[in-house]
Amino acid sequence: MLMYIGRRLSLALLTCVAISILTFIIIRLPPGDFVDAYIANLAASGGTVTAEQAQSMRHEYGLDRPVYIQYALWISRVVQGDFGVSMMWRRPVTEVIGDRLWLTMVVSFAALFLTWTIALPIGIYSAVRQYSIGDYIATMLGFIGLAVPNFLLALILMYFGFRYLGLSVGGLFSAEYAQAPWGWDKVWDLAKHVPLPAAVLALAGSAHQIRIMRANLLDELRKPYVITARAKGIPELRVIMKYPVRAALNPFASSIAYVFPYLVSGSIIVSLVLGLPTVGPLLLQALVAQDMFLAGTIVLLLGIMTVVGTLISDLLLMWIEPRLRLTGRS
Amino acid sequence: MVDPMNHPIVSVRDLAVEFRQHTGTVRALEAVSLDLHPGRVLGIVGESGCGKSVTARAMLRILDRNGSIVAGKVTLDPGTSHEQDLTALAPEGSEIRSVRGGRIGLIFQEPMAALSMQYTVGNQLMEAIRVHRDPGKEKARERAIALLNEVGIPRPETRVDAYPFQLSGGLRQRVGIALALAAEPDVLIADEPTTALDVTTQAQILALLRRLQRDKQIALMLITHDMGVIAQMADDVAVMYLGRVIEFAPVRELFRAPRHPYTKALLRSVPDLDAKPRQRLATIGGAVPQPGARPSGCPFHPRCPDAMPGRCDTKAPAPVAPGAAGAACFLVEDAAA
Amino acid sequence: MSGSLADDKLASAGQLRLTWLRFKRHKLAFISLFIVALFYSVAIFADFLAINDPHAVDARRGYLPPQAIHFFDDSGFNPHVNGMKGQRDMKTFKQVYVPDPNKKLPVTLFAHGYRYELFGLFSTDIHLIGLSTPQTLDGIYLLGTDALGRDLFSRILVATRISLSIGLVSVGLSLVLGILLGGISGLYGGLVDLFVQRVIEVIRSIPTIPLWMGLAAALPNTWSVIQVYFAITIIISLIGWTELARVVRGRFLALREEDFVIAAELVGASQLRIMLRHMLPSFTSHVIAAVSLALPAMIISETSLSFLGLGLRPPAISWGILLQDAQNVQVLAGAPWLLLAAVPVVVVILAFNFLGDGLRDAADPYG
Repeated sequence: MLMYIGRRLSLALLTCVAISILTFIIIRLPPGDFVDAYIANLAASGGTVTAEQAQSMRHEYGLDRPVYIQYALWISRVVQGDFGVSMMWRRPVTEVIGDRLWLTMVVSFAALFLTWTIALPIGIYSAVRQYSIGDYIATMLGFIGLAVPNFLLALILMYFGFRYLGLSVGGLFSAEYAQAPWGWDKVWDLAKHVPLPAAVLALAGSAHQIRIMRANLLDELRKPYVITARAKGIPELRVIMKYPVRAALNPFASSIAYVFPYLVSGSIIVSLVLGLPTVGPLLLQALVAQDMFLAGTIVLLLGIMTVVGTLISDLLLMWIEPRLRLTGRS
Repeated sequence: MVDPMNHPIVSVRDLAVEFRQHTGTVRALEAVSLDLHPGRVLGIVGESGCGKSVTARAMLRILDRNGSIVAGKVTLDPGTSHEQDLTALAPEGSEIRSVRGGRIGLIFQEPMAALSMQYTVGNQLMEAIRVHRDPGKEKARERAIALLNEVGIPRPETRVDAYPFQLSGGLRQRVGIALALAAEPDVLIADEPTTALDVTTQAQILALLRRLQRDKQIALMLITHDMGVIAQMADDVAVMYLGRVIEFAPVRELFRAPRHPYTKALLRSVPDLDAKPRQRLATIGGAVPQPGARPSGCPFHPRCPDAMPGRCDTKAPAPVAPGAAGAACFLVEDAAA
Repeated sequence: MSGSLADDKLASAGQLRLTWLRFKRHKLAFISLFIVALFYSVAIFADFLAINDPHAVDARRGYLPPQAIHFFDDSGFNPHVNGMKGQRDMKTFKQVYVPDPNKKLPVTLFAHGYRYELFGLFSTDIHLIGLSTPQTLDGIYLLGTDALGRDLFSRILVATRISLSIGLVSVGLSLVLGILLGGISGLYGGLVDLFVQRVIEVIRSIPTIPLWMGLAAALPNTWSVIQVYFAITIIISLIGWTELARVVRGRFLALREEDFVIAAELVGASQLRIMLRHMLPSFTSHVIAAVSLALPAMIISETSLSFLGLGLRPPAISWGILLQDAQNVQVLAGAPWLLLAAVPVVVVILAFNFLGDGLRDAADPYG
């Protein structure tokens, strides 16, 4: 068990390092360096920087050193919580991001929760009542969920909300709470706004999970232990819920590790369409303006939060799967 | 002592089962009649696919979704005031459920696959105990430990909290037996209980089954394809071929004087210690036909060395009458006439 | 040796043929195959099928609603569309154009329109349908026009070319990466396998869209459409190869234990030869199935990136670029037909999914 946890932890750490390298590459990719961009930015607003000033800035940020040292310098600052300054906003990156990162996670977790609550019962029903009308409907809906990209779904919902209900579907807060300080009523306001974007995000994932659950459960239902359970004289519903469903839950739970990054990804693009104050719109702005410290930080933090989410799902799996817990193998 | 032959605890009469498949319906059982008696072991023998397991499942009404009983009766306690036709009970009702486990216990072939890997041995045992007569959690646990002890599992008080994947194959099968005994049924159906085990373990498990069956005066239906197991365990034997019982006889009689050509062939194909060196093992010519392509007439006639053209391939011989030794074969009918 | 080669070919052909026979039983997948083929034919003949120049801008006909072809009028069969007339909006005093029911413009087959090059070879101006006499302002706008007065129908058709080919090219690249790395991983096992598996796990646990966005945004503004096109395919396939590698590796691991591979090893065939000659043919069907399941993801990726304005840039036309126009609710409320660009996206993704499912079942009836 300790070995399993150790392996998962080291993999998570490895992933974080890989993400940080990719982030660094993204930051470094645009032509010119940070100082060039800073000078150009300053020049646009009428300021000037002398050649010596530029040189000393380059030295200060280590831009005159080899790339790997630059990476080391950057990552050591990041570890201390210093993500640099946003060029666009002229404020520390952490300040610009503010609540947005947490709101991204709130939306993604809500979507994850919804994915489960939708996919689990429908998947079970589809498998137990294979080839019933309900199964066909679920399969059909599942395919539609797979085929409609979530930003498209968001667009369609927006259009219908606007056209037929006359309301603007979108945002995470009502107007009066958008700038308000945090309080219980603001949290409640948030809670009222989260379900829609979460549902938009959850649809495709649910479609996928329903298929996984259905396929796994169909496999499990054919296994002899189900007959053993029936032969004990247990009521059918309990036979199914306690044995095959429980066994089919494991691959289902481990697939969360893939669903969660996907949801975080989706939240970026859905946020843009629905105007959610998550990191999505900010990331796009930052990328378009080549505000690379801001963009890089967002990519890095999203990546790390995903890794943490995945790690949690791995540990959850270990907790529910006795064989994994006891032998470290599944 | 009453003559057990006259008082079966379960009697199966003319049981027929069909499975729906893409290609059409397939008859898996045809006019199967059997009697199980308290304290006696009925061996059911035949090649794989002959309907042995289907018979067991049909009796408990746990056929797969596409299978259904189309004719016949399975009567529990026939001739008593509380006799019950199991085929007439509601498919998922409480009556049939109280029979499953409560009156008829089932032991499976694959001890690995027949136990859930998600729950401890104790959990699965206690469930089987509590579903019929719930003595409360504490008592159920004590009973589970006692059961494990009874089936010969060492250190039962720690093993009760083990998961099946932590046990060896032999121990798992003992757990399987304990599971079947949990609610103290008076009938046990053991479906190839030793096939998946190595030879030493096989012998131990058979000895255990024999002991339990004798001690508790259980009616045991032992399904196997192994003539050796039959010789060692059974009191009476039913030989099945392609969904039919083609011969029934007390075990000694069957081995001494088999009636049906198929039984004779089966017995010839058993390795013999007294055989001469390099003597070839006898085989039965041909293969078991596909279930969909059932031969007309006597199902065995395409492989039968003594088949009578024009007779065996047109008409099926009368099924074996329950309770009395006999075979479903025209040769036997002719000899008797 | 030549005999064994012939046998080998026969065996692999047999495998493919068996797969095909099983596949044909899958009705939905079979229909999807035709839909996919139809889409690719549209992509090839997009210019011929298009009615108006997809790039032609005329603000006067901005946001025209979809227009129907009328096949009959009082004089009988006479396919025509209505022209437009200028009108002054009495509230804003702007000149607006509305359909004029009195102005009939006859429609014919094989009409002359804008010039294009068929297959990039023959310069022609023949289109499947068009007005019998080309007009400057009037035209056939089956699905309406966008803000700049460009014909949505023609644009959707032409967009098929980029959106479908970008999927194919990306899958091709992913496949090369997937077969190479998956194959190496499966063939050599051990440390190499461990390393490749870790890399795959790492890539799969990174949220892809932010990463794509970062990489795509870093493409210089000065790049040409072609350069951006290939850069995008590379970005998409860099992340998309993992699933294909997983499939390939799984098959390799299974095949490594097969007798014919062991036999080839025993007669001293080289690793590369075993891989190409013996193993590759026997999982072609699996790879085809994996590819057809990977394609929709690639298409969605391109559409999403372009939709965000980080993928292909105008004047390139892809479904994502068309949908970018539909991003604003206010615009959508006035011109809902802009959402029609989503229909081919959904249809082709559905078709690829059904196709992939059917192929997978056919390739591996037990798995």
